[in-house]
Amino acid sequence: MIPSAFDYVRADSADAAIAALTEHGDDAKLLAGGHSLLPLMKLRLAAPAVLIDIGRLTDLSYVRDAGDHIAIGALTRHRALETDDLLAAEAPILRHAASQVGDPQVRHRGTIGGSIAHGDGASDLPAVLLALRATLVARGPSGERTIPVDDFFTGFLETTLEPTELLTEIRVPKVAGAGWSFQKFNRRAQDWAIVGVALVRNGSTGIGLVNMGSRPLRADAAEAALAAGASNADAAAVADEGTEPSADLNASVDYRRHLARVLVGRALDEAS
Amino acid sequence: MEISVTVNGSVHAGDVEPRRLLVHHLRDDIGLTGTNIGCDTSSCGACTVLVDGESVKSCTMLAVQADGRAITTIEGLADGTTMHPVQEAFRQHHGLQCGYCTPGMVMAAVSLLAEQPDPSEADVREGLEGNLCRCTGYHNIVKAVLAAASGGGAS
Repeated sequence: MIPSAFDYVRADSADAAIAALTEHGDDAKLLAGGHSLLPLMKLRLAAPAVLIDIGRLTDLSYVRDAGDHIAIGALTRHRALETDDLLAAEAPILRHAASQVGDPQVRHRGTIGGSIAHGDGASDLPAVLLALRATLVARGPSGERTIPVDDFFTGFLETTLEPTELLTEIRVPKVAGAGWSFQKFNRRAQDWAIVGVALVRNGSTGIGLVNMGSRPLRADAAEAALAAGASNADAAAVADEGTEPSADLNASVDYRRHLARVLVGRALDEAS
Repeated sequence: MEISVTVNGSVHAGDVEPRRLLVHHLRDDIGLTGTNIGCDTSSCGACTVLVDGESVKSCTMLAVQADGRAITTIEGLADGTTMHPVQEAFRQHHGLQCGYCTPGMVMAAVSLLAEQPDPSEADVREGLEGNLCRCTGYHNIVKAVLAAASGGGAS
């Protein structure tokens, strides 16, 4: 399978990438590791006229202690996350979940920013960022803005990023010592989760769901139940409320709802 | 677009279309057909090569992304007629039947052993999760990788 023809622009800085986005507008897509975009382009489900390669912006690849949070460059590869000592200490769920993305070859190329900007409800890391209540940093022609992760995912493969904006950084709170669990339920090792659950208990409880709707979702009803003092079992029983899972080869809608309840229950028990 | 890649130690400069996939560049432009194309959807791992020492599925990377990088393919492992330790271990332990997945499997194993020189059996099974084999049931592949590790690991 071969992608449609496109013009290729290699950005040598974030500003150059933003300038190229501004020039080409909706016709352009950013290329980071390419492990979400290139498969879509090979299937001709995406056919950008211009591809702006940001894969060499090594200054956007980092994991840093930024005081009250951990700052992660958008071009940090999954492999770097899964071997990072700072994450192991301060946000171990993210390090663990990164080690569960795809397979080693995918993790050598794929980036956290690419995964988040792709906005796929079936991806692991968006759910983890929801559980962590992360903040995203986007840079555009008129400067930088921060976006709470809850405002970021707006629809099927759609985010609040403007066509001229570049996701530059992911900020996750330090949650050393917090209970956490990442449940990824699939049939084959390298598959996407049929359903996944990311959960962090740090005072309040944050629960992100994988593959329970057209976009990454928070388990609002279960979180609210816990905040009102519900038991783990009672909270898990409402974990699928407000979700809109779809059916596919792997699971029916009812089975996905069942999995969400069971996996949130397991996650709560593991994190308690 | 003009690119230059170093493949198995030799520099290959050439003009490629931006949409040229790395695997096609290696096979059709450079003539190294040891890297196989299996699923073509970044699932099976048959097209695995090393880019700057790390395993990558070359069906999911553009040749232009490899510009300036060092690529190692299955052809680049042996030293003359002496097989690489991972290749030798696959032969000793019957780690292949039809052989189609083998180049990718060996490259993934070389990358794994570079990152984890002394893996457990579970490490090997997880480390090869990106490579599918339809013949062996994986058992002898895992044995071969463990043998290569205890035999001195990958270079």
